[in-house]
Amino acid sequence: MPEAKLSLRGVKKSFDANHVLRGIDLEVAPGEMICLIGASGSGKSTLLRCINQLEPIDEGTVWLDGQDISEPGLDLGPVRRRIGIVFQSYNLFPHMTALENVLLAPRRVLNEQGQGLEKRATALFERFGLAQHMRKYPDQLSGGQQQRVAVIRALAMRPEIMLFDEITAALDPELVGEVLAVLRQLREEGMTMLLATHEMGFARELADRVCFMDGGVIVEEGPPEQIFSAPRVARTQSFLRSVLRPTL
Amino acid sequence: MNRRQAYEAAQRRRSLTVAGISTLAVVAAVFLLVPLAPGWPAVRASFFDGQVFAETFPTLLRAFLIDVMIFAWSVPLILGLGLAIALARGARAPALFPLRIFGAVYVDIFRGVPVVLTIYLIGFGVPGLGLPRPWNSPYIWGTVALVLTYSAYVAEVLRSGIESVHASQRNAAICLGLTERDTMRYVILPQAIRRVVPANMNMLVALQKDVALLSFIGPVEILRQAGIYKSLLANFTPYVVAAVIFLLVTVPATRYADYLLNRDRDARS
Repeated sequence: MPEAKLSLRGVKKSFDANHVLRGIDLEVAPGEMICLIGASGSGKSTLLRCINQLEPIDEGTVWLDGQDISEPGLDLGPVRRRIGIVFQSYNLFPHMTALENVLLAPRRVLNEQGQGLEKRATALFERFGLAQHMRKYPDQLSGGQQQRVAVIRALAMRPEIMLFDEITAALDPELVGEVLAVLRQLREEGMTMLLATHEMGFARELADRVCFMDGGVIVEEGPPEQIFSAPRVARTQSFLRSVLRPTL
Repeated sequence: MNRRQAYEAAQRRRSLTVAGISTLAVVAAVFLLVPLAPGWPAVRASFFDGQVFAETFPTLLRAFLIDVMIFAWSVPLILGLGLAIALARGARAPALFPLRIFGAVYVDIFRGVPVVLTIYLIGFGVPGLGLPRPWNSPYIWGTVALVLTYSAYVAEVLRSGIESVHASQRNAAICLGLTERDTMRYVILPQAIRRVVPANMNMLVALQKDVALLSFIGPVEILRQAGIYKSLLANFTPYVVAAVIFLLVTVPATRYADYLLNRDRDARS
């Protein structure tokens, strides 16, 4: 798989009798932004967790830059540091300040130390408008701020690709915008991104490609204009009808 | 002051008055009724003799320093061993399986045997091997008995703390590329330890009291000294003195620990 940054072939995953992924094929080009849409339980989150091998896959292959990272027995530390992931529930470390959250992994995993690292971290906080909250603990930050810190924490590892697992789903509506703004900024900087999201407007505006998932497979994929205005598959049509229905 | 505030102030005054009256009533009942008991004069003479109290207090306080000393060197050993046992019980690598078994058996044994028995068995048994001085000292083997018993409890408390940290914390650390070891050290343990501080404070207060059990194997610490005075003066007041001295230490210690915990919590929210 020479050109793709990330490439999946026939990925299957089940939890006991529950077949969550039934054969996923997906190619992500460098700098591409792909949105995964679909109902809860369609397998979006599991797919992301299978990409960074947080869940071992049952069948199929995942390549990162041409390297098979789904090979059983592979040392996953070096792989995971190249793939950033942000979760719906932030998962910041509550006993550390925002800055300490960001510094931990570069220190322990990349062996970066001292002034250079602090400067780099501070620059990240400034870039995403959080410089004045750097020394606060997660409990002292709003949900939107915590989620942005979680993004910064992942970016501090200089990942080659970022995975986002419904990162705005737990936020109050008025806080969603500030987190989406961060994603927009990353998009402009050319980060390769894979998002599971319910923000249809956002997906339509920014995604290079949209994949609709249902029942553990990618039912339909294509450019956002085509998926949102002229979906070809009946299941896509009915899903979009249900989520895009004008609200009262 | 608006209506709501006036109402709340009145309520507060009323609660205070009721609390004051009921406390007074209970105290008065104790002070008036207990002396009416037929054996009171005898009890007062043998347990609350002011002169004996004043005479024995300084020596008992000095003897208490031995308890404090034993306590002071036991605590770090207990915390260290307790942490080691807790980590051993959570070890996942197959090569460490014997360690896991050992941890489980260790905890079962030392939680299952009364402290006094452990102190007797180790305190009399090990020096019985004919060890040369100073290795036959009851201080050493008494301490060993306390450390073995209490680290089993501390290990269990710590393990419950480790298990109470949500799996998503571990996932977040692993996803950043941290090793299992670093994840435990920097992410899981700091949170686990904070959560079990109250439980472990209770443990330390219990330890402070159980140090007195070492009197059974020799050291003349406060309980034994009080026993000596009891025989000498044919009076139980030295035991009351000992109780008072224990309270003087344990009550402020627990209050201070609560204060530290609250302060720590306030700093992070």
